[in-house]
Formats: sequence, structure tokens, C-alpha cells
Amino acid sequence: MSTFVLLTLTGLALAAMYFLLAAGLSLIFGLMDVLNFAHGAFFTWGAYSAWWTIDQVSPAGTGSTPAFFLAIVVATVVGAALATIVEVGLLRPLYARPIFQVLVTLGAGLTLSQLTSVIWRPDARVFAQPNWLSDTSTILGARVPNNRFLLIAAALLVLAGMLLFLKKTRYGLIVRAGAENREMVRALGIDVDRAFTLVFALGGALAGLGGAFGAAYFGSIDPSFGSVNLIFAFIVVVIGGLGSVTGSALAAVVIGLAQQFGNYYTSWAGDFVIVLLLAAVLLLRPGGLMGSTR
Amino acid sequence: MRFGGATIVDDVSFTVPAGLFVSIIGPNGAGKTSLFNLLSGLYSPSAGSVWLRGDDITGMPPFARVRHGLGRSFQLTTVFTGLSTLENTRLAAQASHPGNYAFWRGAGHNRAARERAAWALETVGLAGKERVVAGSLSHGDKRKLDLAILLCSEPEVLLLDEPTAGVSAEEVPVMLEVIRRIRQVEGKTVLMVEHKMDVVHDLSDRVAVLANGALVAYDTPAAVMADPFVRSAYLGVT
Repeated sequence: MSTFVLLTLTGLALAAMYFLLAAGLSLIFGLMDVLNFAHGAFFTWGAYSAWWTIDQVSPAGTGSTPAFFLAIVVATVVGAALATIVEVGLLRPLYARPIFQVLVTLGAGLTLSQLTSVIWRPDARVFAQPNWLSDTSTILGARVPNNRFLLIAAALLVLAGMLLFLKKTRYGLIVRAGAENREMVRALGIDVDRAFTLVFALGGALAGLGGAFGAAYFGSIDPSFGSVNLIFAFIVVVIGGLGSVTGSALAAVVIGLAQQFGNYYTSWAGDFVIVLLLAAVLLLRPGGLMGSTR
Repeated sequence: MRFGGATIVDDVSFTVPAGLFVSIIGPNGAGKTSLFNLLSGLYSPSAGSVWLRGDDITGMPPFARVRHGLGRSFQLTTVFTGLSTLENTRLAAQASHPGNYAFWRGAGHNRAARERAAWALETVGLAGKERVVAGSLSHGDKRKLDLAILLCSEPEVLLLDEPTAGVSAEEVPVMLEVIRRIRQVEGKTVLMVEHKMDVVHDLSDRVAVLANGALVAYDTPAAVMADPFVRSAYLGVT
């Protein structure tokens, strides 16, 4: 029983991290038809800027509570800023040329990730977090690290916030309409480009936030941190349905749990099960769990 | 205007006085929709110019013409099927009433846009269906929504491309009533492409007849119907 609880909660925390990364990817693809390979780099930079902030503020090797929360804010801002720079500086001239977009985001992603190893060297860094975060709480006999709960709570807040944004705000309306038919929104006389920048910045902010929480989850970071997790985020987006935030949340839970349980029983099954799930969804529901069938 | 070597709309020159309702009729392939595309800016003319409210708009892209007061409905309905009817009109109203609110403010805070959106739905007879997802509307209701979206952009001149096409027989009078209301209550200038002669006759102040890309008649409905050339060439009456 305790193993089951531990695996479930850890799986949900992993799902929360994937969701933070995938939600932005999904919105960006839904609205702009851009496969953003630079998203993993925003995640890596979120993790590194969080680590750097804690390193600057707290004495070496320890993480104080204020430092941790400051690190979360810094990571979110860094993610949003990088995303804005990439969108305005690199993507904007290329909306008419999809292949170039893929190449440019791939290139930006590789460059930004590589930059972290140039600045902070390629070896892994221990992510110092406050003791209460790395301590465990006992639930039904399972000793679960507290950062798992914080990660799940953050993802739930982000999910609720995004659904409210999409449903209730005027930019949310533009984003939903634009995901359906961008040209028609433009024909109405609405400046879609501003919505693009906003969605990209939002996606980057979530990736940065995810990177900081991911660092707390794994306890250490290295320059390949983002690219490793980006693969799973892409799978989450495809399974959930491109452009659907709710779909991404659902798919993230499926992937997170499958990976945790799979990896517990064998050393290889976790990733294998995920690829099988991806294949099954593509065969049976090519639009994804919550995707449209366009 | 030319496509390749073929001249599609040739030497068509006419003026629509403000506030008038003008119908454009003609057999299939006469160039009616092409003429609309020239007016709305989807095509650029190889020669000639388009003027709107005293300004030469020949070089303006479509969205700039919308901002200049030219609204167009399409033969195919263009509504956002995943949004509710109210969200559809609100989106269009938002474009002409951007407001000065930050992006996180609720759409409902933009009062002018909200009122405009509700008014447009009421005008076309969709009041009470605000929360219905547009994708599940009947074809006739979708065309009404299309008109409501058009009204939200507050055009001075409306281009209607076969507004009754694909609308079921019992809904055609409702649709016409909506168009009549827009014309009378709002005092808008309307250009309409239409096939159905009775529709044209009842609504129009002027009728323009196109044949093979040329303007063959432009007069009151009664005079056009009486024109022997039009009767033989288009109406098939001898």
C-alpha cells in the first residue's frame, strides 16, 4: 500500500512538472502552429536561474525558504523574458516559413542550453532547497518528499489560472478563436501578433517555473535538463491534443503515473510504456484525447 | 481585373450613393463574386480603382478596409465553431472597441464591446442563443451569426455575398427580414450578390446586372426587369 501511495504521489508530481512544460507548448502550437523546440531551453534556464538565485542569496550548500521563493519568481521571469526575445527577435520574421521556424527554434534551444554549460560548466549541480521541502511527510505509511506536494499544488493553480484566462479574458478569447482560424481573427481587424507574443511569453514563464520545480523534484540539474524532459512534454502534448490545456493536464497525469509505475517494476518499462501509449493514441485517436479532428 | 490571359471583370464602373441598397445579379461566371473580391481587397485590380467614402482604397489590404468601414460576409459562413455565439460577436466587437484594459481583465469589462455584441445578436434574431456553441447552430442561424459578426465591426458599407444561399426555404424570409432591418434601422449602404429575383426586387433600390464580366445594366429594379436586353440575356424571357 505504501509503495502504491508513494508511486502515485511521485507520479502526480512528475505529471505536474510535465504539465508546466507541456501547457505552453500546446498553446503555442494551437495558436501559432509553431513546434517550439526552444521550450526545453526555457525550462533549463528556469532551473539554472533558480539554482543561481539560491546560490547567491543563501550560504553555500543550503537553501533558505525566502531564497527558494525568490528563485521561483526569478525562474518564471527569466523563462518569460527568453521566450519573448525568441518570439519577437527570431520567430516573427518567419511566420510564413514553417520549416525555418522549426530550424530556428531548434537552433535557439541548442544555443541557449549550451550557454548554460559555458557559463556554469557542464557538470551537474546540486539544487539546494529548504529542509522542509526535501523532508518527507508520511501518508498511509508512505514517506513522500514535501516538494512533490508543492509541485502538484502549483500545477493545479496554473491549470485553474490558464482555464480562467482562456475562458474569461479578451486575450483568452482571441487565443481560442485564433487556434481555430487565425486568418479569420486577423480579418476581423484584430492584432493577432500581440496575442502570439503574449502566448509565447506565458508559455516561457510556465516552462521557467517548471524548471525551478523540476530542479527541486530531481535535486540536481545539468545542461541537458530541459531537452530530456522536452521529449516527454511533446508526448504529453500529442496525447492530450494539440492546443488543449485540459488535454495536456490529463495526458500529463497518464504519462507521469505510467512512467513512475513502469520504472518501479523494471528499469526500462517506464519509457517503453509511454511510447506504446503514444502509438495507441495516434492509431485510435489521432487528434489526441481532447484535440479537435482538424 | 485579369486572371492569366482572361479578363474576368472588365470595365465595370458604377457608383453607389450612401444609404442605398444595390443588388448585383448575373448568371454564374458573370464575375459577381470576383467583383466583391475586388471591392473587399482580396484581389487587386490590374487596372482601375476602388473608392470608399471619398478615399481611394485600391491599395488597402482587406483588414484596413474593414477599419475604413467596409464589412463583408462570405458565401461560406465564417464563424468560430468552437466558441459560443456571444463569444463570436464579442470577439468582433472587441476589434472595433479595443478598450484600454490590460490583457488579464475580463472580456466582460469592455462595456462598449459587450453591448455591441449583445445588440448584434438581437438584431439578427439570435437573442436567447448567446451561450450556444456556434458549431451546433443550424445553417440558417450560422448565416445570421455571420451577419451579426459583420455588424459588430460597425461597417458603413456592407457587402453581402448571397446571404440566403444554403438557407432552408422557411428561413429565407427571416433572413430577408434581418437584412431589411439592418438596412432600414441602421441606414447602412448595402451591396448584395443574389440569385433569387424576388429577393432582389423587394429589397433593392438599384440593381446592377453583370454578364461576362461586363456591367450591362444599372437601374431601379423595375427598369432593369423591363430592359429587353436583360430579359433576354439573363432572365431568359423573350
